[in-house]
Amino acid sequence: MKVTIKIFRYNPEQDKKFHYETYVVENAHETDRVLDLLEHVKGYNDGTLSFRRSCAHGVCGSDAMRINGHNMLACKTLVRDIGDQITVEPIMGLKVVKDLIVDMEPFFDNYKKVLPWFISDAPTPADGRERLQSPEQRARFDESTKCILCAACTTSCPSFWASDDYLGPAAFVAAHRFVFDSRDQAASERLEIVAETNGLARCHTAFNCTMACPREIQITQAIGELKMATVTGRVE
Amino acid sequence: MAKVHQFDVIVVGAGGAGLMAGLYASRGAKTAVISKLYPTRSHTGAAQGGISAALGNYEEDKPEWHTYDTVKGSDYLGDQDAIEFMCNEAIEAVLELEHMGLPFDRTPQGKISQRPFGGHTNNETGKPVRRAAHAADRTGHMILQTLYQQCLKNKVNFFDEYQVLDFLIVNGRAAGVVAIELATGELHTFHAKAVIFATGGHGRIFEVTSNAYVYTGDGAAILLRHGLPLEDMEFFQFHPTGIYKLGILITEGVRGEGGVLINGKGERFMPKYAPTVKDLASRDVVSRAIYTEIRAGNGVDGKNYVWLDARPETINKFAALDGRLNPDGTPYTITGEQVLQKLPDIIDFCRVYLGVDPITQMMPIQPTAHYTMGGIPTNKFGEVVIDDRNTVFPGLYAAGECACVSVHGANRLGTNSLLDLVVFGKHAGLKAAEYAKNADWQNLPGDADAGARSALDALRNGSGKENAFDITVEMKKVMFEDVGIYRNEKGMRAAIEKVRELKERFKHVRVADTGRIFNTELLNAWELGNMLEIAEVVAECALNRQESRGGHSREDFPERDDENWLKHTLAWHTGGKTRVEYKPVTITKYQPKKRVY
Ligand SMILES: Cc1cc2nc3c(=O)[nH]c(=O)nc-3n(C[C@H](O)[C@H](O)[C@H](O)COP(=O)(O)OP(=O)(O)OC[C@H]3O[C@@H](n4cnc5c(N)ncnc54)[C@H](O)[C@@H]3O)c2cc1C
Ligand code: SF4
Ligand code: FES
Repeated sequence: MKVTIKIFRYNPEQDKKFHYETYVVENAHETDRVLDLLEHVKGYNDGTLSFRRSCAHGVCGSDAMRINGHNMLACKTLVRDIGDQITVEPIMGLKVVKDLIVDMEPFFDNYKKVLPWFISDAPTPADGRERLQSPEQRARFDESTKCILCAACTTSCPSFWASDDYLGPAAFVAAHRFVFDSRDQAASERLEIVAETNGLARCHTAFNCTMACPREIQITQAIGELKMATVTGRVE
Repeated sequence: MAKVHQFDVIVVGAGGAGLMAGLYASRGAKTAVISKLYPTRSHTGAAQGGISAALGNYEEDKPEWHTYDTVKGSDYLGDQDAIEFMCNEAIEAVLELEHMGLPFDRTPQGKISQRPFGGHTNNETGKPVRRAAHAADRTGHMILQTLYQQCLKNKVNFFDEYQVLDFLIVNGRAAGVVAIELATGELHTFHAKAVIFATGGHGRIFEVTSNAYVYTGDGAAILLRHGLPLEDMEFFQFHPTGIYKLGILITEGVRGEGGVLINGKGERFMPKYAPTVKDLASRDVVSRAIYTEIRAGNGVDGKNYVWLDARPETINKFAALDGRLNPDGTPYTITGEQVLQKLPDIIDFCRVYLGVDPITQMMPIQPTAHYTMGGIPTNKFGEVVIDDRNTVFPGLYAAGECACVSVHGANRLGTNSLLDLVVFGKHAGLKAAEYAKNADWQNLPGDADAGARSALDALRNGSGKENAFDITVEMKKVMFEDVGIYRNEKGMRAAIEKVRELKERFKHVRVADTGRIFNTELLNAWELGNMLEIAEVVAECALNRQESRGGHSREDFPERDDENWLKHTLAWHTGGKTRVEYKPVTITKYQPKKRVY
């Protein structure tokens, strides 16, 4: 089948302004990923087309982009799902570096702000074995362990578009991952961080993040649980 | 002039192996980790099933059993001292991950949960043992996240999206690396006392693969160019169940839960090939069986795929026929809901990529190129060794899938790779830091980056007659067809010819992108150059080995031949020519015997 793909192009070394370029892929299949089409265009139409990718099956988080107006992973979106007229643009709210590549640093900086690492001063069990945690305690934060840091959520959020010092949903998911882990001891520190001015208060429950998440994490719910915890101080 | 940085230890790669190395090296030396991807994008994140350790959290298990299983799985080509070392360290390694906060699944008592995996057994009963510690079907993702988080916590230095292009040797010692910063196109020289390569495998040389785009064998190719050897390159693992055409992995766990393989005639065929364990035979055995079926015309619709059937009614039917029981003695049965619960990501992959719901439909699968057993030769401390006497190259280390210790020999057991990363990543980090403490700085020449610069220039100045994309496609096709699951002399000779032709044509590639910022076309072309070198060496080593062992199956030499071939291959590739030598396998406790499952 024939697929028409319109791609956002910007080369900072040549262009003053971005533009769109349209390509026709003649022998596409229904089951092709948008990523396959981009590879095809890069291989045969224009080698300068630039985008990030690695795993090609939705687990590494490299290729979040705006596809027909929605944040998705190019490797997890098939022609079958979106039809033969496709528009691809970079995710919004982060500076475009070249074509579909954006500057991810502000995103990762926000992630790092919530202390996304395990903190506990409690001595490990004397026999050297694992800390115990019941299956129920483990299930409490299961959702938020799925995050692949693709930024699809954060860059779909109007509050983040307004300013990139807003922590954003992905950082909240990272905070949730530790706050609700029964073994971790830094919940209050983290809750203080997410309760600051650039934190939870700026979430207006637009739900865009939950819609965008390719890992189907219930982000809005996780944010709600964090909000509740900042109020009650309890993290059951 | 390139920017120059100075660190005691440089780690190249930020997957499980690189992060573990970085974490440990940084405790004793000034360390930086360089990665062409953001660390969390590394391929370790794709690992599904689990990490092995004889924790014995559900039932009796011992490191000795784990050791024997790994030796047998390796078809006796693994070095037994290294295997024993790894399996003994396994318990501590997995517990350390838990102490770092890794969210393993839990047993009802709150301990780390474990599941059975192919080839891991109770050595007394021969029955499967639950040895794979897991976090749902995303264990690798959790390992990668946890190690990265620990590195952040410990303020390890990262150079993200820097691609290493060259290794620097001064006075016969490691002296650093040269890397390109993707965002600016600038070359950076990293002056170091010790360098650890942890760059992953090279599965992208094959057409159908479970491997990421970035699996282009960079580290191995860079060292090969500097006249260092690679070990056991003919050994590559083809996983039996990849999604048809796409190669995306469907974990062994599906068959563990009772799924079966069905040919185009609707027959369950594994009992013909492995009468005892049937669909749960080791990976090399199952992949060969699938291909034998396809070649006999038993593929689906005459095509090169078969079915993996995990519909509850099928599972229950064959479980009853096989007399499979639950631990409490009741007949084994499963519901659609339970399948969904145990394999969430797999179900998601099938729905997204195939439009198939595995609960009600069969999955089209074919073997997929999966794991690089061969690689940069090291000893069990991660030190790179460069000849048949295991002479150490001062200051150079390797760990993870790019390395060949060798603990996987001719066939890796599932869940042993994640273990390998953690154990040998740690030891490489420790050794490198210790070495750096005592070693002197080697003076770098003024033009340290000349090699990298000229490699990139060559790609910009080709005649432009050839297209890199075409060359990639042709290489992958010939490697998959002729140096794939089944190999014979005629096919491999043709493949070697073809790869050499492609290497010639590659000289005529010209990169169209003349820019500096994120010139991905240039770097992809450079990676293709690596893959072509690696592909040639793989094919030549395979042609040389006149026997069948583990993942290496010769139609013209179908038997294992311990008398002549119980030895490791070492291959050098200089001036366009491959030279092959051999080195003995270390055998301690387990004498080779016939491998039956
Ligand atoms: C789908 C799948 C499922 C798997 N499941 C399991 C499992 O259940 N259990 C198990 O034990 N094993 C499993 N494996 C195997 C295991 O995941 C891999 O062998 C292992 O993760 C490799 O880790 P690594 O640290 O060596 O490399 P990687 O994690 O791939 O890291 C390589 C690193 O090197 C960097 N790099 C590469 N080249 C350069 C360069 N030129 N310059 C700078 N940086 C560079 C990359 O950016 C990356 O950070 C699976 C593999 C796949 C593909
Ligand atoms: S929460 Fe979902 S959308 Fe957001 S970064 Fe994580 S995986 Fe991506
Ligand atoms: S390429 Fe890894 S998520 Fe798309």
